[in-house]
Amino acid sequence: MSVVQGATRPAPIPVEIGGVRGGPPRSVILRKDRWWLQPLVTGLGLLAFVVYGVWTAFRGDFYFAHHYLSPFYSPCFVSSCPPAETWGPAGSIGTVSPALLVLIFPMGFRVTCYYYRKTYYRSFWASPPACAVADVGSTTPGGARSRYSGETRFPLVLQNLHRYFWYAAFIFAGILTYDAVEAFRFGNGWGMGLGSLIFVVNAVLIWSYTLGCHACRHLCGGGLRKFSKAPARYAIWRKVVTPLNAHHQLFAWLSLIWIAWTDFYVYLVATGTIHDPRFF
Amino acid sequence: MAIDTASSTSGSPASTETASTGQELRIRLWRGDEHGGDFVEYRLQAQEGEVVLDVVHRIQADQAPDLAVRWNCKAGKCGSCSAEINGRPRLMCMTRMSTLPTDEPITISPMRTFPVMRDLVTDVSFNFEVAKLIPSFTPGPKPPEGYRMQQVDVERGQEFRKCIECFLCQNVCHVIRDHEDNKVHYAGPRFFVRLAELEMHPLDTLDRRAYVRERMGVGYCNITKCCTEVCPEDIHITDNAIIPLKERIVDSRYDPVAWLGRKILGRPSPMSAEQVAAHTGAAAAGQGRAAGSDRDGAGPG
Amino acid sequence: MTDRPAPSDYERHEYDVIVIGAGGAGMRAAVEAIQRGCRTALVCKSLLGKAHTVMAEGGVAAALGNVWPQDNWQVHFRDTMRGGKMLNNWRMAQLHAQESPDRVLELEEWGALFDRTPDGRILQRDFGGHRYARLAHVGDRTGLELIRTTQQRAVSLGVDVYMECKVLRLLQGPSGAVNGAVGIYRETGGVVVFSAKSVVLATGGIGKTWKFTSNSWESTGDGHALALWAGADAIDMECVQFHPTGMVWPPSARGILVTEGVRGDGGVLKNSDGERFMFNYISPYFAAETASSIEEADKWYEDKVNYRRPPELLPRDEVARAINTEVKSGRGSPHGGIFLDIASRRSAEDIKRRLPSMYHQFKQLADVDITAVPMEIGPTCHYMMGGVRVDADTAQTTVAGLFAAGEVAGGMHGANRLGGNSLSDLLVFGRRAGMAAADRALGEPVDTTVDEAQVEAVVSHAFSYLERESGEQPYELHRDLQDTMQSLVGIIRTESELLEAKERLVELGERSKKVAAAGGVRFNPGWHMSLDLESMLAVANCTTLSAIERRESRGGHTRDDFPKADPEFEKVNFVSRYVDGSYRVTAEDKPVMPPELMMLFEESEGDAKEASK
Repeated sequence: MSVVQGATRPAPIPVEIGGVRGGPPRSVILRKDRWWLQPLVTGLGLLAFVVYGVWTAFRGDFYFAHHYLSPFYSPCFVSSCPPAETWGPAGSIGTVSPALLVLIFPMGFRVTCYYYRKTYYRSFWASPPACAVADVGSTTPGGARSRYSGETRFPLVLQNLHRYFWYAAFIFAGILTYDAVEAFRFGNGWGMGLGSLIFVVNAVLIWSYTLGCHACRHLCGGGLRKFSKAPARYAIWRKVVTPLNAHHQLFAWLSLIWIAWTDFYVYLVATGTIHDPRFF
Repeated sequence: MAIDTASSTSGSPASTETASTGQELRIRLWRGDEHGGDFVEYRLQAQEGEVVLDVVHRIQADQAPDLAVRWNCKAGKCGSCSAEINGRPRLMCMTRMSTLPTDEPITISPMRTFPVMRDLVTDVSFNFEVAKLIPSFTPGPKPPEGYRMQQVDVERGQEFRKCIECFLCQNVCHVIRDHEDNKVHYAGPRFFVRLAELEMHPLDTLDRRAYVRERMGVGYCNITKCCTEVCPEDIHITDNAIIPLKERIVDSRYDPVAWLGRKILGRPSPMSAEQVAAHTGAAAAGQGRAAGSDRDGAGPG
Repeated sequence: MTDRPAPSDYERHEYDVIVIGAGGAGMRAAVEAIQRGCRTALVCKSLLGKAHTVMAEGGVAAALGNVWPQDNWQVHFRDTMRGGKMLNNWRMAQLHAQESPDRVLELEEWGALFDRTPDGRILQRDFGGHRYARLAHVGDRTGLELIRTTQQRAVSLGVDVYMECKVLRLLQGPSGAVNGAVGIYRETGGVVVFSAKSVVLATGGIGKTWKFTSNSWESTGDGHALALWAGADAIDMECVQFHPTGMVWPPSARGILVTEGVRGDGGVLKNSDGERFMFNYISPYFAAETASSIEEADKWYEDKVNYRRPPELLPRDEVARAINTEVKSGRGSPHGGIFLDIASRRSAEDIKRRLPSMYHQFKQLADVDITAVPMEIGPTCHYMMGGVRVDADTAQTTVAGLFAAGEVAGGMHGANRLGGNSLSDLLVFGRRAGMAAADRALGEPVDTTVDEAQVEAVVSHAFSYLERESGEQPYELHRDLQDTMQSLVGIIRTESELLEAKERLVELGERSKKVAAAGGVRFNPGWHMSLDLESMLAVANCTTLSAIERRESRGGHTRDDFPKADPEFEKVNFVSRYVDGSYRVTAEDKPVMPPELMMLFEESEGDAKEASK
């Protein structure tokens, strides 16, 4: 189960390399639309989230209020967790920010996600920055970026592990659903605050993103050769996962923004900056 | 999200002035060959309801009779007239002039990924070489009552078979567009579509997963989706062909759970690349079937 | 000019079988030849897989009986002969009807994915002139499916392909048998000489000789011309099909095909008064099987057993003539066509699902949404029923070593072709041509020595266009030829106009000898046009001369001065030949159908009476 390329190089495609290309040099960009807008905006969006995430993860405090537990900190394993939300052996791990222990899974899921890969390869790697715009650095012969190996080598070959992160993400979606239910608990009874609704929306968005994942689409039925032999899996593939997958990009962004917003709302309530409006 | 789709294939900003009948058009056409070339500007009057190919043909008929351009059906069905219009890979016959801004000249240049032959005509033989390396459709034994297939099982393949082989996806793919040396081990989006079609064909019996990884180089694809953006047939190349292929390869190559499952359940191991390579056109030609490529003295001379 | 290559620079190849043309018929012939163990080459004028076959939309006709178990080859045969106004070569029509189901199923074994019935068999759709739903299809891109399937098969078997190569002339041995061909690569201007034991022509159609056509630039009648120049016969060249539904607007899209599937799926034809005028044009020949009222016609879509088919689905010649008459009577659409309306008859969703490429085509080319408004359509030159005369069983022409299949061959479709019969024709006779070509190549030894004098003559003629300092402009000559054919040898013909066309063609022929193509040898479209003009002039001459001789109206050939079919003319084919530098046409007796097949037509009249009760 080695993840490195086989030692023997297979017979190459018989093609002459080095023919002269038509049109102006590749460094000339002929596109007249604002092709740079999309990589710029999405890149800034991702960057903003990373900055927020780092701040949140290292904050280590103000991540719960009532039974609202910030999704960045769930599940909560450490001694500083509120008792109701403590999942693991409380106090056994110490006082490190609990977010750092759990974020690896949802972050790994998003980092290896096919949609986010497109986004950061375009925005950060500039490979390519936009369609029919040259990979940055590729126009310099012999330059550091003149060669390209895509996802064939370490570390990018690890993108193939997306599926395992999906398994974890599936469990996390369950946990966030539990948290959403918990968000309706107030004291010893049940109620509903604005935060409860925010948590429900959060869970819905997370499920929409998780179930629309390309790996999920493959596992639930896409990997079949004959749908007709597995009608139930086909139904899930066609009626649930494929429609969600068609909007994977949308849910990737909505769930990302909402999870930050949910965390920030908890922070605001926990710090007493705002008061959580109670409906009953 | 809106920010991500705003600059997709649909083209130019709506606010810009676009071509209308009678207006003067300025067309910058790339003229040249392997010795070099440059844009040449042509001016002509816009006519009603034209597409870019019509304008090119009018330039050819009235101003530049030796202008080289490939075309056939003029209805978006054959995929011959691929070029780059204002820097975007498109079919000239399916790009209406009225969608292009006319406040500055419209540039038309040949596809960049393939060596130029002359003007807008490029040498696309790379694609036909790859086609010879595709392990062919290999059905199981035919039952006495003939093959049966269900509509749900053929629909995925039908999407892929819409492909008109315009090679715009091959052209836009940065793996070979910007890194030509990858052509020797990267088949390109058009052929991932073909391979996905075969892997999803309800009657096919080959397992091309190792082949797709080792010989067709699917790992070079970093799913930046430009192939999908330029596809004139709206084939969801990335989502429906390339990613499913990548996931199938994860099954056969990167997933120990699947590996264990195969061992326990006694399922067959994935086929090796060598095994399926025997089913290609290149292998058939190599068997001496068609020795026509020997160019020495076949004729009486 | 220094660009002209010397004989030592010619590329030379030797094969058992070369196939000229890589549409459905050529591809199928090449597959058959290589499967039989022949070294096989495919030579095509475009890139591989771009041939005009991709434009075929509706489907491939084959009496599989998947939707209607009553269907069988006899019914298909009868439909074909009746559609062809009995001018068809009966044996070709019989083989075609008998073998097309196997050819379609064979495509499936090569990976084709046709639409399915609920029990997993191939779904079939209705089309004009076919008694039962008979067209195996893939949405509205069946031609693409056929070409891709045969292309992939040919590639996987190792057929050598020579792309963007225009064949200039066939080469002949001392006995007159064809034993090779000379071509030029369009990309480089390089000369290529093939020697072969058998040569299969599969070059397709002739549409570019007319102004409004559904055909691409390639359809210049090269195969017709090559065969004629090699001394082969061509028949029925007056029978040109004008497809009733081509786009009429915008001007640049004029002629592009609108599939008959639109009508098969419920589309109706209306004039500017909003009238479904086809009810006024039901000829007595088809009256028994055609609905006489709108109510009846509309019920047919749901219940095909108890109701008769709508007149919109009459054979193409009938519909094209009706449209022509409506437009001439001033009831046309704003751009000189009539309306094809499916928007008011089917839901937007249905239209997009069943006719996706039509939706696409109108949206992109005309900015018209066919789910909301009617299409404007009119007749467009679509198909040459006539062509090289062949033996039905072997597809061999009247010249040894030369075979022809597909649109370039004549006889199969008589005076009018039914929709869907073209794709099946390609498969059935492509295979038969490949088979017979292989038999010849693998049989008795054949002299394949190339006559260098012939090669030199061809090459020096071809390069003379480039060497001429000044002369006629090829595009202009082409425009004049198209105008002549469109206005004088169009859908409706009369003697005086045909005679005028004949004279003008003499003049155009003279002008063609003075054509000068500016530019070099490399991908020079002006030069290619000059070369193609020779073929187009050959076709134009044969069509015009045959049209003058056929003093009746039959199928695709309509004479204003002889508006009725004449039984005497049913018995003859007009045969075109190239003799001493000019084209000649003579009448010859058509093969006579054996009595056991004749009986099918007597029965059919019985059926018709039955149906009309």
